[in-house]
Amino acid sequence: MTTSQTETLDHGPAGGDLPEGKDASRTGRIGDRVFRLASSGSGVLLLAIMAAIAVFLVIQALPALRANTAPFLTEKIWNPNAVPPRFGIAALAFGTVVSSLIALVIATPVAVAVALFISHYAPRRLAATLGYVVDLLAAVPSVVYGLWGAVFLVPLIMDPASWLNRNLAFLPIFNGQPVSSGKSIFTASVVLAIMILPIIAAISREVFLQVPKANEEAALALGATRWEMVRMAVLPFGRPGVISASMLGLGRALGETIAVALIVSASFEIDWNVMMPGGNSIAANIANTFQEAGATGRGALIASGLVLFVITLVVNMAARAVIARRKEYARAGA
Amino acid sequence: MAKRIEISGLDAFYGRTRAIADISMAVEPRQVTAFIGPSGCGKSTLLRTLNRMHELTPGGTVEGKVMLDGTDLYGAQVDPVAVRRTIGMVFQRPNPFPTMSIYDNVAAGLRLLGRTRRSQLDDVVERSLTGANLWNEVKDRLDKPGAGLSGGQQQRLCIARAIAVQPQVLLMDEPCSALDPISTLAIEDLIATLKESYTIVIVTHNMQQAARVSDVTAFFTITDAGEPGRLVEMDDTNKIFTNPSEKGTEDYITGRFG
Repeated sequence: MTTSQTETLDHGPAGGDLPEGKDASRTGRIGDRVFRLASSGSGVLLLAIMAAIAVFLVIQALPALRANTAPFLTEKIWNPNAVPPRFGIAALAFGTVVSSLIALVIATPVAVAVALFISHYAPRRLAATLGYVVDLLAAVPSVVYGLWGAVFLVPLIMDPASWLNRNLAFLPIFNGQPVSSGKSIFTASVVLAIMILPIIAAISREVFLQVPKANEEAALALGATRWEMVRMAVLPFGRPGVISASMLGLGRALGETIAVALIVSASFEIDWNVMMPGGNSIAANIANTFQEAGATGRGALIASGLVLFVITLVVNMAARAVIARRKEYARAGA
Repeated sequence: MAKRIEISGLDAFYGRTRAIADISMAVEPRQVTAFIGPSGCGKSTLLRTLNRMHELTPGGTVEGKVMLDGTDLYGAQVDPVAVRRTIGMVFQRPNPFPTMSIYDNVAAGLRLLGRTRRSQLDDVVERSLTGANLWNEVKDRLDKPGAGLSGGQQQRLCIARAIAVQPQVLLMDEPCSALDPISTLAIEDLIATLKESYTIVIVTHNMQQAARVSDVTAFFTITDAGEPGRLVEMDDTNKIFTNPSEKGTEDYITGRFG
């Protein structure tokens, strides 16, 4: 079954034997041309904007990077306003990636479970309500999640964090004894997880609802229980969609600014003990220091933005590669 | 392997609507029994009550008895999942699992039963594909997606998947309606072979097909829209198509009806 072969549309005039009908075929051709121009124009425009952003970032960042006396990629200290300026992306990038990954690890399984419950387990009316609530949660602005995290979760996180430390201390990330304050990367991760959960759940639910009824019936008729049916027919079919959804969530977590800025107690260290107070991220650092940054400081922040841009790009490409690996199957199922 | 099905006083409902009423009949082992009748007469519904698939439709309920060699499939102790493991089903449109290879499609049912030893699976996959008359066409590409086969091959793959778990009964719901004549012929030949080992029930809209493949034919009809479907008569296929006892059957098979 070939479903997505590229179809070549015939742009030429309609078959020669047909009666003249010139007007009709001409307007058709003009419509085609306009549409082709409009669509390819938007495509090109999008690429041009992307390139322009990249060029802008590079040009703005270059003077600061030239003035920098530390290796930008490996330096942890962020001190662009000192004389001479000394700053690097290492600690910020670390905080960004680690907090987002932890958020993803927490959020994805829960989101998939929520999506499955809505699509395949809940009674119809409950499913509709729950679906609506999830969509609503996805639309809550991140500053609200940030405030909730800072005011409510930071004091509360101590108990579960201590529990993780007592029981899972053999993992380096849980090795740190949580002390007085919960303003840590871990707390930021939990808030990020809650923030991205509705997006992942909403998209996964849509994907699970697309599973052909015929495949579900095939599994059930073979004597699969409901859960076995989900594993045989629903999850494999939904896999690429869930990956895409997670990547969208990861992208949002990587770029999240205000929620992280409100929670972490900005530090510039690489510390695998994510329970310890401290942590930072590229976006949060930009938000926290842009106002009082000098010329070099702004250039440095823009350079950090460029790094964030690259990280996001790499993540997206990796996700595409994962999805494409099983394209043969994905296409056959479409 | 093959078992006898005895249906008595069976009604099936969608919510409050009664789709079939008071069906009583016996389906003999190692024979092909065909269900024919106009659209909406409930023959597919009846078929789906035989492996308890009907109750998966929202609002689907059943009253009455379906005995499989003396066990009531609707008894209080009976697990519908276990019923579906012993009664295989082939659907109207080929529905191999799109994310699975040919091999995995056939092995799917065995894996559900917890049989995962590779050598054992290899044997059953080969035997089932051979049984479904597909082995020679796919033996060199077992790891390719099942959905990449032609429609007729996909349907034979689905038959292989159904017989891999050695069911006692094989239900077929218009298995050829989405296939071209050549593939249809291949499936019909296959049915003739399979009936040596299985009890087969086939729903079909194609009366020539019923005449060609079945030993016994049951004719169903509805008197009016909204009325439940009923069994008109059931007899040897030869008799149904040459000398039916009921006027309604004769009208239908000669094309004077619906």
